[in-house]
Amino acid sequence: MRVLVTGASGMLGGAVAQVLYERGDDVTVLQRRPSGLPCREVLADVTSVDAVRQAVRGQDAVVHLAAKVAVTGPWREYERVNVAGTRHVVDGCRATGVGWLVHVSSPAVAHSGTSLVGAPAGPAEPRTARGHYARSKALAEWLALAADGPSLAVVAVRPHLVWGPGDTQLVGRIVSRARSGRLALVGSGAALIDTTYVANAAAAIVAAVDRCEHAHGQALVISNGEPRPITEIVARVCRAAGVRPPRRRVPFPVAWAGGAAAEALWAVRAPAGDPPMTRFLAEQLATTHWFDQRRTRAVLDWTPAVSLDEGFVRLASWYAGQA
Amino acid sequence: MIPASLPPAGLPGLDPRWSRLVDVVDREGVRRSWHVLDTTAARGTRKTSAEPAGTLLCVHGNPTWSYLWRHLLAAAPPGWRVVAPDQLGMGWSERPAEPRPRRLAQRVDDLGRLADTLGLTGPVVTVGHDWGGPISLGWALDHRDALAGVVLANTAVHLPAGYRGPTLIRLARSPTLLRTVCERTPTFVRAASAVSRPPLPAPVRAAFAAPYRGAARRTAVRDFVADIPLDPTHPSAARLRAIVGDLPALAGVPVLVLWGPSDPVFAERDLADLFARLPHAQVHRYEGAGHLLPEDRPEAATAIADWVTSLDRPAVSPTASLPAGRPGRRRARTQPRPADRSLWSALEARGGDPAPAVVELGASGVRRTVSFALLERRVRELAAGLVATGVRPGERVALLVPPGADLTAAVYACWRAGAVVVLADAGLGLRAMGRALRAAAPDYVIGVPRGLAAAQVMRLPGRRIASGPLDQASRRALGATYGLADLARIGRETTAALPEPDPDAESAVVFTSGATGPAKGVVYRQRQVLAQLGALRATYDITPEDRFVAAFAPFALYGPALGIPTAVPSMDVTAPGSLRAAALAEAVAALDATLVFASPAALRNVVATGGALDARQRRALERPRLVLSAGAPVPVTLLREVSRLLPAARVHTPYGMTEALPVTDISLEEIDKVGPGEGVCVGRPVPGVELTVSPLSADGRADGPLSDAVGVSGEVCVRADHVKDRYDRLWVTERASSRDPGWHRTGDVGHVDDERRLWVEGRLVHVITTAAGPVTPVGPELRIQDLPGVRAASVVGVGPPATQVVVAVVVPEASPGRPPHDRVGSSGRGAPVFRSRSVHSIMGVADLELTDAVSAVAGVPVAAVLLAPRLPVDIRHNAKVDRAEVAAWAEAVLAGKRPRRK
Repeated sequence: MRVLVTGASGMLGGAVAQVLYERGDDVTVLQRRPSGLPCREVLADVTSVDAVRQAVRGQDAVVHLAAKVAVTGPWREYERVNVAGTRHVVDGCRATGVGWLVHVSSPAVAHSGTSLVGAPAGPAEPRTARGHYARSKALAEWLALAADGPSLAVVAVRPHLVWGPGDTQLVGRIVSRARSGRLALVGSGAALIDTTYVANAAAAIVAAVDRCEHAHGQALVISNGEPRPITEIVARVCRAAGVRPPRRRVPFPVAWAGGAAAEALWAVRAPAGDPPMTRFLAEQLATTHWFDQRRTRAVLDWTPAVSLDEGFVRLASWYAGQA
Repeated sequence: MIPASLPPAGLPGLDPRWSRLVDVVDREGVRRSWHVLDTTAARGTRKTSAEPAGTLLCVHGNPTWSYLWRHLLAAAPPGWRVVAPDQLGMGWSERPAEPRPRRLAQRVDDLGRLADTLGLTGPVVTVGHDWGGPISLGWALDHRDALAGVVLANTAVHLPAGYRGPTLIRLARSPTLLRTVCERTPTFVRAASAVSRPPLPAPVRAAFAAPYRGAARRTAVRDFVADIPLDPTHPSAARLRAIVGDLPALAGVPVLVLWGPSDPVFAERDLADLFARLPHAQVHRYEGAGHLLPEDRPEAATAIADWVTSLDRPAVSPTASLPAGRPGRRRARTQPRPADRSLWSALEARGGDPAPAVVELGASGVRRTVSFALLERRVRELAAGLVATGVRPGERVALLVPPGADLTAAVYACWRAGAVVVLADAGLGLRAMGRALRAAAPDYVIGVPRGLAAAQVMRLPGRRIASGPLDQASRRALGATYGLADLARIGRETTAALPEPDPDAESAVVFTSGATGPAKGVVYRQRQVLAQLGALRATYDITPEDRFVAAFAPFALYGPALGIPTAVPSMDVTAPGSLRAAALAEAVAALDATLVFASPAALRNVVATGGALDARQRRALERPRLVLSAGAPVPVTLLREVSRLLPAARVHTPYGMTEALPVTDISLEEIDKVGPGEGVCVGRPVPGVELTVSPLSADGRADGPLSDAVGVSGEVCVRADHVKDRYDRLWVTERASSRDPGWHRTGDVGHVDDERRLWVEGRLVHVITTAAGPVTPVGPELRIQDLPGVRAASVVGVGPPATQVVVAVVVPEASPGRPPHDRVGSSGRGAPVFRSRSVHSIMGVADLELTDAVSAVAGVPVAAVLLAPRLPVDIRHNAKVDRAEVAAWAEAVLAGKRPRRK
């Protein structure tokens, strides 16, 4: 099977391409920087209509991961990459007769900031999604699923908080902040949170490619199905990386206000790096969100192969190898 | 005249296809248009469809309309038609223009003509609420040939002389207020839907008020109130009297009464009145529900449907004697010994015996000793006194007397007089006890002065009888007509004969602990209590030479029935945990007792205070041959300590419940022998008991066929002669618990091992339903509790059913070296303080070390380990953890935000 993977320079995109490649699929990857993967590579930006059109031509399936993942920056950036980029991929697939499209979305597209307790995958809703990233991804999911039809089968998958060795997003930030003593827990630290070990997320996405005919038209949340208190997740990441877990705790209203202030500051003049807190992040850290995985597992005929425990062992040995 | 119309679209829960308009000519020859809800209308007008299995004819009261029955229309039993008209002048039916209000007689006639027009030929079950009750009964009595059953909800039929009517109605009837409250303003219409508990959603309240917009549409609301015949000269009084007078004709007709006790309109006395007139009625009281029962408890619709379906089967009256008819009753049981014709046979046999029967102990030793001779004579005299003063067989007597000779004498006297004793545990607390006793509706209350005062506070019905000396003024103040001493004197002088012993006579109403919901009344017949005594005798080899100390409520009364002496230790009856080792030792010494029955809470305190025993007391405790710990789960460590304190005693613990005790039994030696497992091993069935389980389905229900398979987890089901007769005035509960004929469903989950031992894994309502299947809590809890540094643990589910995750809530051991806070993964500081009723501040998320240790032993995936300073336990036993409360608390904590206070 000929498969195009966009955004393969990221941890998850790379892992998906790797799995497809290793099982013998004919894999092409598309991203701006070299991925280091042993597959055919197109260095391009999803915002380029022509480059995308060229890359999807002749593919059986497309896995679309390329996205701007951040907490700051102007809306037009998110719109250009996440919304327009997805439109180019969808249009390209329809124009060139690609059969299957797996659109990688995020549970944030349906999250309005309330607690999610064993929740099903709700509908994407740009109007209530929190922050530019979530809003743009919600619009992108709408675009992708709207294209589902007789000639193109589209499935949207929403991996929740993907982490693993080499992760610069969740793991990387926790560890670097813990190292510099800048990490604090928001609220009671007891909020129960779903996460996804990267190999499981990659396997689920590959399963979505294979089960596209069954799953098309649906949005499926992907997680390890092992929610844990945020305190425990942070503590296990820190232990794996060999750093001291945080002892500080910030009440939720303080964190939220701080996030608002930081967002305002970053909007006026962008200091280097990300703000230490945003309102979205404060909510994410203080509010429970875990999901009912029964439909996902049934539809994709997939279950996570790597438990959280095993994932943390792998993370620890990866950090040991780095030292 | 305003003609009938269809209700507007979009009323919540109302299927527009049910609505139809029907023209009926009334007895004055005037054509009237009715609005009727009819399930047949929804199925289309095809005449080809089969005749319905029957019809439910539902009559609303004032000021509601047929909307009240929408849940019942939706839950119509298979094949049954449900018809619910709006009475004329009400709902969406015609507003007749007439000079005089429509009276009860005419409304009954109207209903008959409507039913004829609709073609109801039977079988018909009438359903009436509020003042729809008398109207529906009027129709029922006029159509006995078509009548298959009668359902009544929060209604009344009889207004005794001098009775001024329900307060609210009286208020609304005062001439000045009537027009204002009922007609000119929608006050009464709005108030009717405002009394609902829990409050109704605004759109539902609006739907109830919708047909009553404008004074012209409310004329009948006013007239309806004015038609309540509060005095005998009222135009409707005669018709109501006729209905009441005819009620005995319904003796052969099944009757179901559903009742919301928190009703400001119809009170317990109205239920009691209905029950007195329809003694064969099956009753279900929905504790906490109010006047608008069909709204407060939508599940009542299912209960009605279920009841109607059960009518197809041979009627089982609640007073029928069952054992011969019950299928599956084949195996031999422990038969009561020939001497045990009655609960007082053994006592009678020792009449004249000067040996002590009951020894009461006070703070400084023996306070009172009553011999068998005295007790037997006292019981005979009291019983005769009760009969002479009007107590009839089957009447209920609530006893508010602390354990001791007086209580024992009163209980046996009641039995001897054919009365039913109602015994509530003071440990329930006044509120819950009041609810329980009111539900049982005693005809008499025997109480010590404090008990009689409490009876006033609890608003108990029934004539009062004082126990113990009481001056005339206090007696009057407490409403007591007699004292026990008076009764004994009357009994000595009377020639009234005592009734013959009847094994099927009801003997007792006792109450469940109410750990999960309101305490439930449980009815025992004499033969069932006799069977319980037989089971105890057989299980524990009790002989006439035994003497026992009872610090466990029901068993404290059994000495005379077993024919053996009883010592009652000095303790606070409301707090089982107040029994001290010295008090127990003194009670043992008083009788040189061979048996000790106590609750775990009592034994825990006995062990804790064992150090204060002197040498004589220690020697006394070397005497008993058996210690029985009953009433709640017992930690094996406690049993070992008990064994050290009473070195000669075998330590046994029976498993059972208010509805069946004992079910199984296990000794400390056997507990040690079997070792740990998935749950608590409670031993093998005692003689005469059969056990089976109803296997758990994937979603945590126990709805499959019963199974004797080894190792299969399911709801524990018990069959024995000493199982309860039924739940009291809880028809729905009783039907659910006995839905497998002959078996009692215990609500406990467990499995039977290959040596026929039962392992209890928790309560059915506490089963955790994960995506991978059901998880029972007790096994993991026991393993977690065994971890060093853990004092107690509770395992609960969090999240929606069938996709829950397992959460362990752990109470850490406080050790001097390591404060419990040290187990908190991240600083507990800043963590919000949670108080949901009796749970307690969160200490935090456990540290990784404890989390890993818990996960390693739990045997199931654990999502979170939380620390709490203590767990919520029931008041009565101080031992049963309220896992539902723990789960609600854990869910709130894990949601990351402060939970709402209850």
